Amino acid sequence: MKTDIILAGVGGQGILTIATAIGAAAIKKNLYLKQAEVHGMSQRGGAVQSHLRLSNRPVASDLIPRAHADLILSVEPMESLRYLSYLSEDGWLVTNEEPYKNIDDYPDMETIMNEITSLPRYVLLNADQIARNLGSPRSSNIVMLGAAIPFINGLDAALMEEGIRQVFARKGEEVAEVNLQAFRAGMQISEERIRNK
Amino acid sequence: MKKLLLLGDEAIAQGAMDAGLSGIYAYPGTPSTEIMEYVQGSKMAEERNIHRMWSANEKTAFEAALGMSYGGKRAMVCMKHVGLNVAADPFMNSSVTGINGGFLLVSADDPSMHSSQNEQDSRYYGKFANIPILEPSNQQEAYDMAYEGFTLSEKYRVPVLLRITTRLAHSRSGVERREVLPQHSLSLPQDPKQFVLLPAMARVKYRILLSNQPNFREESLHSPFNKYFNGLDKRMGIIACGLAYNYLMENFRNGNIDYPVLKICQYPMPIELLKKITDECEEVLVVEEGYPFVEELIKGLLGKGVYVKGRLDGTLPRDGELDPDLVAEIFWKGKPLPHKTPDWISRRPPMLCKGCGHIDTFLALNEALKDYGPGHVFSDIGCYTLGANPPYNAIYSCVDMGASVTMAVGAADAGLFPSACVIGDSTFTHSGMTGLLDAVNKNSPVTVIISDNQTTAMTGGQPTPGLNRLEKICVGLGVEPEHMRVMVPLKKNHEENVKILREELEYRGVSVVISRRECIQTASKKKRAEKKTKKTNA
Repeated sequence: MKTDIILAGVGGQGILTIATAIGAAAIKKNLYLKQAEVHGMSQRGGAVQSHLRLSNRPVASDLIPRAHADLILSVEPMESLRYLSYLSEDGWLVTNEEPYKNIDDYPDMETIMNEITSLPRYVLLNADQIARNLGSPRSSNIVMLGAAIPFINGLDAALMEEGIRQVFARKGEEVAEVNLQAFRAGMQISEERIRNK
Repeated sequence: MKKLLLLGDEAIAQGAMDAGLSGIYAYPGTPSTEIMEYVQGSKMAEERNIHRMWSANEKTAFEAALGMSYGGKRAMVCMKHVGLNVAADPFMNSSVTGINGGFLLVSADDPSMHSSQNEQDSRYYGKFANIPILEPSNQQEAYDMAYEGFTLSEKYRVPVLLRITTRLAHSRSGVERREVLPQHSLSLPQDPKQFVLLPAMARVKYRILLSNQPNFREESLHSPFNKYFNGLDKRMGIIACGLAYNYLMENFRNGNIDYPVLKICQYPMPIELLKKITDECEEVLVVEEGYPFVEELIKGLLGKGVYVKGRLDGTLPRDGELDPDLVAEIFWKGKPLPHKTPDWISRRPPMLCKGCGHIDTFLALNEALKDYGPGHVFSDIGCYTLGANPPYNAIYSCVDMGASVTMAVGAADAGLFPSACVIGDSTFTHSGMTGLLDAVNKNSPVTVIISDNQTTAMTGGQPTPGLNRLEKICVGLGVEPEHMRVMVPLKKNHEENVKILREELEYRGVSVVISRRECIQTASKKKRAEKKTKKTNA
């Protein structure tokens, strides 16, 4: 059993938070894991990615080889495609559809959407919108975390929910609750996509 | 025992602390920064009163660590690869003086230059200084090597170099801890002249270092970090160093390689094992992260003997970071990919944050200089280096820490007028101050703009050593008080700032303009923290 995940986004969007949450849960489950992160200059608004590898056997490389990722999880649509060569033949691409435009030559949205929807397995969701609707715009990453869970072998939702409750407990019951809702909303969307596949 | 989920950097920090570390010294630099940050955030460090303050630069950090070792205690100094250039003087000499308390130098290399100006390989420094080098292949080894590095250091009374690269420094995995050792108590070197490198004594000490070389090789031969795996297919033998070992193993997932494999993670290289693999195999492949360090030594200048494949013969790229795909290409050429990254994806390079004070500084400077044409501004290392990119195109050099000031001085000597430079506050105290003293002493017509965001921003907002003292420092170095100006880089001050800069650029002597506004990242972090405290108090 193994799950190789590429997390993608723009520096400052908080993909490391998602990676850390999954990593912490994996360690609790006694899985082997390696998680390569990008620190330093690129964190200043540049393209960033994290390679996250979970397995029930020791993991050799910190980096995922091309064509081996079971999941590309991206908080930004163009960034989801930057690492497409890493996606395995039957891997899933799960991405937030809200663009982050901090460059002049950002491609046409239609081109991006066409590329994503032409993939055999993808989940498109507007995590920002979902988070805003829940009255907690900052929970967009938690929506994405939820959307990732159905694709990760060996981690279950209950364990993740426990983790979220712990992380947000300090900020009060209400904050924890809204983040749990965000998590479930994301998870539900992915589960539906899998069922309809 | 429960595993900790640690970055390679953090594993080093934890390993050193568990081995009885008494002091860590460092200047921030990607990818080494998280070693110190982990110690600073650790409860254990607080309980054990481990010294854990940042130093002004890598040289001061190295020397202070050596002083801690003089006192008989275990010391660690951490830096990025180019930081070791700054600390090269004490480093080279510390191998001659030797150490008292265990001494570990961590140098974090950055192949592919993710956040650096070059991709030099620190193993050459280890060889240069004739000391043992440890190069972990994973997070557990990073922990174990930091832990055992002190024992090795104390056994031969030499500093030990722990070399890591970006990928391991910034990758997390589970790490098992070992028994926590007590710290050493204060004890001076037995020989009161040990650290006195007067020529007569230095010659003696140097010979001791040289006489230890066979012992270091013997250590490498029996080191648990170096391993020889037998293989039946002798058409090729593979030497894999440090992290590169993982990239090799990734390609043989069941762990069954038919070729003999020599994993090297401790140097100087174990000659017996090298002899074995080159004797029994028709050719040898060397996979290593960084320069072809091992490859070149085995191959020799003449390339006689066994055929050696690697970075020098084009089997692997000569530069840049390795990855499992580059290694896969050696064994399975041109495997097709099921999905391809579209070629129309735009580049998204790092950029200055929205609202950053450097932006307003560059905009004002560009306008102040517009009549002089391009090519008048030197700079160096920090977030502000991004001012070289459009739309600013404001700076014309980035060589090393502090070089902005001294290059401006040299260009002024060559006749360039105006000659200006932009340097950050932390970089200025790191190594800009001495250059400014040079400028003052010859009354060089230069304008030094200190873009002061009151933090060490690029590496994540560490404290800046000269906070609120920059004017005093500059005037103390001899800058005339009337040419020691301060401005606040905000849009609303633009006209006024352009005027200040113009006046000082036109002045035919040394002038300093401190352009001061707090880093937007640290400012908002502070605000969030304040909000939190208010909420908790309420």
